[in-house]
Amino acid sequence: MKPRPFDYVRPETVDEAVAILAEHGDDARVLAGGQTLLAMLNLRVVEPVMLVDITRIGELGDIREVGGKVEVGAAVTQNRLLSWPALAGKLPLLAAALPFVGHFQTRNKGTVCGSVAHADPTSEIPLSLAVLEGEVVLRSQRGTRVLPAADFQQGMLTTAREPDELITAVRFPVVKGGVAFREVARRHGDFAIVGIAALAEGKDSIRLGVAGMVDRPSVSRIKGSSASDIRDAIERLAWKLEGYDDVHASARMRRDLLRGIAPVVIEEALRCAA
Amino acid sequence: MRRVNKGERARLSLTLNGRKLSGDAEPRMLLSDFIRHVLGATGTHVGCEHGVCGCCTVLLDGAAVRSCLTLAMQAEGRAVTTVESLADGNGKLNTLQQAFQNNHALQCGFCTPGILMSFTDFLRRNPHPTQAEVVDVLSGHLCRCTGYTGIVAAVLEAAGSKPKTEESH
Repeated sequence: MKPRPFDYVRPETVDEAVAILAEHGDDARVLAGGQTLLAMLNLRVVEPVMLVDITRIGELGDIREVGGKVEVGAAVTQNRLLSWPALAGKLPLLAAALPFVGHFQTRNKGTVCGSVAHADPTSEIPLSLAVLEGEVVLRSQRGTRVLPAADFQQGMLTTAREPDELITAVRFPVVKGGVAFREVARRHGDFAIVGIAALAEGKDSIRLGVAGMVDRPSVSRIKGSSASDIRDAIERLAWKLEGYDDVHASARMRRDLLRGIAPVVIEEALRCAA
Repeated sequence: MRRVNKGERARLSLTLNGRKLSGDAEPRMLLSDFIRHVLGATGTHVGCEHGVCGCCTVLLDGAAVRSCLTLAMQAEGRAVTTVESLADGNGKLNTLQQAFQNNHALQCGFCTPGILMSFTDFLRRNPHPTQAEVVDVLSGHLCRCTGYTGIVAAVLEAAGSKPKTEESH
């Protein structure tokens, strides 16, 4: 339960960090909060040659509003975003979902961007980013790219990040409307089996985000004119996404969870919008 | 830029319970092992070593974190606070520890140091939590004696909050 040996580098600027990544590429892993990475290192699931610790890069430590979006830097922890005074007003979906990310003790160290970088298909933060149609900011020596969440997360633990790129921030759009979030896990704080987030911009425009059914968050638009329309749309969605079998749940159970929870979450979001 | 190559031992300093201390560590050394084996403070316990059990919880610059999911190098120059800091110099228990004793909140005691550190951080942020909030924070710890009821009661007593009665459930 100890990591294999690796080199440790702690840059102080983004320029230094991307220079290291340009030189070492796939051999290097970026270390931010480390709440997944350290566990994987201890279990020797990953064996990087080098860890690049970005937590002391001052310019990555900000939460700021830029043109209708909240930009969260790569060194910002989940608990820091959760205690950001403007969170409930600007990003109510994150205010609802963040308490389900790990535990109080892991949120003290785990970062918002780290969760997006890890791209677990059941994770709450990538799901919220997808529903809000947010963006991921990537820097390398070649320049800066900004990718929509849907293009960034490509599959199970797979993203569009190139080996020489550093995620410097994620951007959550400030969207008007009602939101709701629920998930089902074996115990609070465990990995979710299915997570559901809804954003109701109006009665006929609901974004429904589903985590834990396919290899990445899935977002669909649903018209909410009547309860039976919503039920039909969710039924079609359950069969379209299918779900998958793993040690936590069968595909059938995942479809049932979606059928059971999604209407409640949509109703909550609509009530919250009204 | 700080750089330590694999296998190399770097001298690193940190503040442990208010005292400036230094020791040598390889990059791969976990903070939990650095505190116990290099600095010799064995009050912090190590259970699962992959962030699940919470036994090794310490404060890093005041925030409760898993020391097994933290590299010693990451604590360089920072303040680490462990269970040894809680009682005063004469061994008099602090309010939280005394409440644990009053409520039989420990059986074998293995998980206790981590739980005490979690609530040391949490009660500073939220001095009068509800029972549900205490349970939520406690969900980040495993007590294999399963004595959670006493722990919840102890934290509520330390915070001066009343435990929920059976009827109000």
